[in-house]
Amino acid sequence: MSKIFPKSANALPLQILIFLGVLGVVAAAGITYYATPAYLRVGYQPVQPVPFDHSLHAGQLGMDCRYCHASVEKSGTSSVPAAQTCMNCHSIIKPASPLLEVVRKSYETGDPVPWVKIHQAPDYVYFNHSVHVNRGVSCVECHGKVNEMTTVYHAMPHSMSWCLDCHRNPAQRIRNPEDVFNLNSAPLAAQGPAGLKTAEKFIHDWKVKPPQSCSGCHR
Amino acid sequence: MSAHSTDHAAQPAILAEVNPAIIPRAVLVEQNRDFHWITEKVCGIVEGTTPTWWWWCFGLAAVIASFTVSGLVYLVSTGVGVWGHANPVNWAWDIVNFVFWIGIGHAGTLISAILCLLRQKWRTSINRAAEAMTIFAVVCAAIFPVFHVGRIWFAVMPGWLFPFPNSNGIWQNFRSPLEWDVFAVSTYGTVSVLFWYVGLIPDLGTMRDRFTATGNMLKARIYGFFAMGWRGSNRHWSNYEMAYLVLAGIATPLVLSVHTIVSFDFAVSLIPGWHTTIFPPYFVAGAIFSGFGMVMTLMLPLRAVYRLEDLITQYHIDCMCKITLATGTMVGYAYSMEFFIAWYGSNPYEGFAFINRAFGHYAWAYWIMIGCNVITPQFFWFKSVRENTTLVWILSIFVNVGMWFERFVIIVTSLARDFLPSSWGYYSPSIVEIFTFFGTFGVFSFLFLLFIRFVPIMPMSEVKAVIPAADPHAGHHH
Repeated sequence: MSKIFPKSANALPLQILIFLGVLGVVAAAGITYYATPAYLRVGYQPVQPVPFDHSLHAGQLGMDCRYCHASVEKSGTSSVPAAQTCMNCHSIIKPASPLLEVVRKSYETGDPVPWVKIHQAPDYVYFNHSVHVNRGVSCVECHGKVNEMTTVYHAMPHSMSWCLDCHRNPAQRIRNPEDVFNLNSAPLAAQGPAGLKTAEKFIHDWKVKPPQSCSGCHR
Repeated sequence: MSAHSTDHAAQPAILAEVNPAIIPRAVLVEQNRDFHWITEKVCGIVEGTTPTWWWWCFGLAAVIASFTVSGLVYLVSTGVGVWGHANPVNWAWDIVNFVFWIGIGHAGTLISAILCLLRQKWRTSINRAAEAMTIFAVVCAAIFPVFHVGRIWFAVMPGWLFPFPNSNGIWQNFRSPLEWDVFAVSTYGTVSVLFWYVGLIPDLGTMRDRFTATGNMLKARIYGFFAMGWRGSNRHWSNYEMAYLVLAGIATPLVLSVHTIVSFDFAVSLIPGWHTTIFPPYFVAGAIFSGFGMVMTLMLPLRAVYRLEDLITQYHIDCMCKITLATGTMVGYAYSMEFFIAWYGSNPYEGFAFINRAFGHYAWAYWIMIGCNVITPQFFWFKSVRENTTLVWILSIFVNVGMWFERFVIIVTSLARDFLPSSWGYYSPSIVEIFTFFGTFGVFSFLFLLFIRFVPIMPMSEVKAVIPAADPHAGHHH
């Protein structure tokens, strides 16, 4: 038989197989790390028009989340405060601070402060804040420890699987309703088997039935 | 009577010695063709100049295939509404065409796998082309379920059809037969391609060596690449035979399982006329029936054009006709059994579904189906019919038509008349659907013409193994 390929071609099938195997592993690892919301969203920290410091207000001063985000318990959306809310205090405290210039201007003209939205649920996702915070889901579960953030950033991935992790197994993440706005609290399940039992009882008594069907969120 | 007994009175009642007449087995290669002739004949098809008829057919096939391409482009750019589906018939030509094409593939797998395990030597000269037919039929079949989703990128993205960990945290509905279909058909396609390719390797080696000998190094390298270093050594043959046998073993259950699962698409649902336990065997018999119809539709012209009468003999045609007859009769039995069970089961909806099939708005389709699938194969009882190649070819076309109508009747009649009379309807295909389906024959022919031009259409080594010269001891084993 005549030779039409060099002898090195004998190793080619194995080399191709190894190459494809490595390529597959690298591609899967790369996509998992770089192309999922855990990479693409987490850490997003835009510069805001006002350098509002959550760690000062909600952390050191101990202000309740609901002082500013007032509608969170009653409405699907958690309200972003109007400049009026800021001026309740800042008409007295640091009334002339140059950092608050944008707020004062908004207060005078009525045009809203152009905050940059960080947590953006897609249009095809129905999300209701009130139903979550009234059933023991704390702010911290989705927004992270905002009370420790100088400038707010995207702390959690907010991918669909991340939503479903809790919807499929809410007992692990649920808190006492009085702890929902206490960002330093821990889920009941963190207290061990007794806490988990309390969480399960709460889920039963309060009929916590997080939807897992498509139309639960994609209405 | 008395005269008879007197005549034989002298003879003993029992013969001292029995000499049964030896009926010669049909030869598989006629005219005592030798190894060299087979090689020259099969390789000559690939090596010779491209015949004019091939270019005409290829051009025509490409034009017809363009109907499918344009139909699909229009569908993707516009939406699935361009097909004629509407309540209550939301499954129609798309799944009819899918089942039709996937069924055709089954004959190829039966010939290559089951007949291999059963040592039916007549498979050798038709198995390569039949397997090619299987692969091309799976390609045509896959078009319809993939494109009927409309947004086809979802069909190819990992995590939608095939289970794959994803950031949506969702999985397929594993209880749905449609998902089983994904596994069944993709396995079927993969195994068919592997089986076909492994069988090709020795012949690709032959082609490589012949092109090397004539100095056509480009072709030698191309065939050599696909021959994967085949040298024809004893070790190669030993490994090859084992690989082929293992693949035959893997492919054998697929002949039964693929169409069983396709039938589950219907049988697992609760629609009257679909929800019957006879569906899996009935579908498998129908698939083999339709597949042999298509094998004959393809092989008979091929045999005539390339003068392959010595390799695809009358015995081969007889065998194929008899399998068509057997499976066609099974299908006919299933049709009557469906009616019997509908009556015997006393379910009014089931009863209505079958009366409606035979005498309702789609009765025309039902009787085309009965005519083509039940009556046509009965002609194959007659030797004179089996020996009339033209007639066999025409009958094989009827089989193809009938099996398409079978799927149409099953799918459309049941959906058009389901439980709620208020939602009853009548389905007609849109022009886009008609052209998309018609075009798949172009796609199929396009691929098949490429196959007969560039690939040895018969496994030379296997055909050589069934001629007398390959068996010097003439069947006497020591």
